[in-house]
Amino acid sequence: MHPILGKPKRLALYLLAWVPLTKLLAYLLAAQGGLSSLEITVLIVPLAVLYAFICLSIWYSCRAVPLETISFVGVISPDVLGGKGSPQAAIREATGLLRVVLPNILAALIVSFLWLLAAKGLAAELSTFSKFQGLNQRFEKDLPLVFGVGVLLYLLSVAMHYTILAQEASREAEQRVLQAHVQARDAELRALKAQVNPHFLFNSLHSISALTSSDPARAREMCIALADFLRRTLGLGEKSVISLEEELSLIHSFLAVEKIRFGARLDMREDIEPETLDCMVPPLLLQPLVENAVAHGIANLTEGGWIHLNANYRAADASVAISVENSFDPEAPARRRNGVGLVNVRQRLYTRYGDRASFSVSKNGESFQVGLTLPAERKPVTA
Amino acid sequence: MNFENKIRAVIVDDEDLARQVVRELLGTHPEVEIVAECANGFEAVKAVAELKPDLLFLDIQMPKLDGFEVLELIGTEMAIIFATAYDQHALRAFEVHAVDYLLKPFGRDRFEAALARAKQQLGGKLPAPSELKSAARLPGEYAERIVVRDGTKVHIVPIGKLDFAEAQDDYVALSSDGKKHLKQQTISALETALDPKRFLRIHRSYIVNLERVARIEPYGKDTHLAILNDGTRLPVSRAGYGRLREFLDKNG
Repeated sequence: MHPILGKPKRLALYLLAWVPLTKLLAYLLAAQGGLSSLEITVLIVPLAVLYAFICLSIWYSCRAVPLETISFVGVISPDVLGGKGSPQAAIREATGLLRVVLPNILAALIVSFLWLLAAKGLAAELSTFSKFQGLNQRFEKDLPLVFGVGVLLYLLSVAMHYTILAQEASREAEQRVLQAHVQARDAELRALKAQVNPHFLFNSLHSISALTSSDPARAREMCIALADFLRRTLGLGEKSVISLEEELSLIHSFLAVEKIRFGARLDMREDIEPETLDCMVPPLLLQPLVENAVAHGIANLTEGGWIHLNANYRAADASVAISVENSFDPEAPARRRNGVGLVNVRQRLYTRYGDRASFSVSKNGESFQVGLTLPAERKPVTA
Repeated sequence: MNFENKIRAVIVDDEDLARQVVRELLGTHPEVEIVAECANGFEAVKAVAELKPDLLFLDIQMPKLDGFEVLELIGTEMAIIFATAYDQHALRAFEVHAVDYLLKPFGRDRFEAALARAKQQLGGKLPAPSELKSAARLPGEYAERIVVRDGTKVHIVPIGKLDFAEAQDDYVALSSDGKKHLKQQTISALETALDPKRFLRIHRSYIVNLERVARIEPYGKDTHLAILNDGTRLPVSRAGYGRLREFLDKNG
C-alpha cells in the first residue's frame, strides 16, 4: 500500500508541505514580472495540486528500482582498506549508481515536460476569459522556469520516497529480527515439550512395556532408540540452525522408534541429493512434518502406508527444495493436532527467511504433500 | 468355572504391541476369554455386532473410526475399559462421566483394578455414548461427520452431506444424498452435536441443514413449510419459525 496515499493524516501533512513550495514558485513567477498576482494564483494552485499527486506516483517507480540494487560498500571500501579498489569494481559501482539515477532523471524530464504542457494548456484555457486576456503569451517566457522547478520538485520527491522506503525496510527488518527471536525461544520450548509429542512418548513407552516380556532384546532396542531421539531433541535447545544431515539423523532416530511401533505398516523412502546435506535448516523443521506424516499417513491406515522424503538442490536460485509426501485416508477421523504442526513450520520458515522461503500443502487423491523451499546456506567451513 | 460362564472379551487397538499387553495381562484370568482382536474401528463394530462380547478393551485414537465413534455404533450393552496414551479431550470426558480408563503405559495393578470394576459393571450401564462424545468436544467444536451402523456395515455421513434429520421414536433418520440412514440416537442429542450456524431445529421432530433450504412458505394458521432445494417439504413449528427468524436476523 502507498505509505502516504493510504493514510489520510500523512496525505494531509504531505499536501501541507506543498503550500510553501507553491508559494515559492509563485514568488519566482512574480519576480519574473508580467503576470498579476491573481493570474499567478489561478495558474499555480491547480498545477501544484496536480503535481503533488503526480509526485506521489514516484513511490511505485522507487519500489521497482530499490536502492539496495546498488551497494555503497564499494565506494567506501577503497579508502577503508587504504588502497585503491580495482577499476572494474569501481566501474561496476558506477554503473549500478547510474542504473538508479539515470531513469529517475529521465523520468523527471519527461514528467516535467508533461507538466509544462498542462501549464500551457491551462494558460491557454484561462486566456479565453476576458479577465485573463493574453495570459498565454505573457506566460510563455515563464515556461523554462516552470520546467526547471518541475524537474527539481520531481527529484526532491524521489529522494523523499527513497527515504520512506529505507525507513520502512529498516523497520520491517527490525520487526523480523524481533519476531525471529521470539520464535527461536518458542522453538526451544516446543523442543522441550510439545515437539516431543506426548502421544508419541506414552505410546512408545507402552510398546516398550509390551516388549519387555515378549521380546526383551527389542524392548531394549526401542528404549535406546527413544533415548537417542530425546537426547538429540533436547540437545537442540540453543542451536538456531543445524545441517540438513543432522536434521535427517534426528528424523531417523524418531523413525527408529516408530518402526518398532508400527512394524511393517511404516514404509519410508528417502531421496536426498548429497549437495543438500550441508545446507543449514532451523532445527526440528522437518521432524514435525515427518511426525505428521506418520500420524496421518501410517497410524490412520490399517494396511500401513508410505512416506517419501525428498531434498533437491536448485542451482538456479541457490535454494533447497524439500518435500514430505505421505499416503493418507481421506475418510479418516480428524485428529486434533492436525494442522498445528504445519502452521508452526510455515511460521518459522517465514520469520527466518521472509519471502526467500516458500511453503505449500497439497492433497492429491490419497497422497498428501508438504513442500518447502529455503535459501541454501552452507555450513561455515571450520578450518 | 465352566466355559458357559466365561467373560467374552474383545480387544480393540491399532497397535499390535498394545493388544499384546492386554492379552498378556489377561493371561492370569482364565475366566476371561478373548474372542476377537481388532486393529481398527470398522473391525470393532463388526466383531461386537457378530460376537456380542461382555467386555471391550477400547483404544481411543485409531484409524477409520475413533473409540468414541465405535462406542456410538455399538451401544453400551457391555462393560468397556477405555485405553488412551494422551488425549486430554478423552480424559476430560471420562472424568466428567466417572468412566474408568487405562492410561498407557499401564501395569498389572491398574489393569486388575479396572478389570474388577468392569466385572461389577457387567450388565450395568455406561453414560450414553453421545454424552461421552460431546464431553470430549470443546465448546464451539462440532461434529464433522456422523457414523451410522447398518448391521455390521458402517456408513460415514460427512456433515456437509446431511440434508435433514427426522426423529422416529428412539431413532433419527438422517437424509443424505436421497438416502436415509437410521441411527439410534435422540434428535436432541444430535442437535447438540451439530453446528448451530449450519443446522437448525425447525420442529420437534426435524433438524434441517440451512444450506438446503430454498424457501419458507406459510402453511395453516401457526405453522410454515420449509421447501428444500430438492423439493422436500418439512414442517416448521411456531417455535421453529421463531428460531429461523432469529437466525436470519443474526446472520442475514
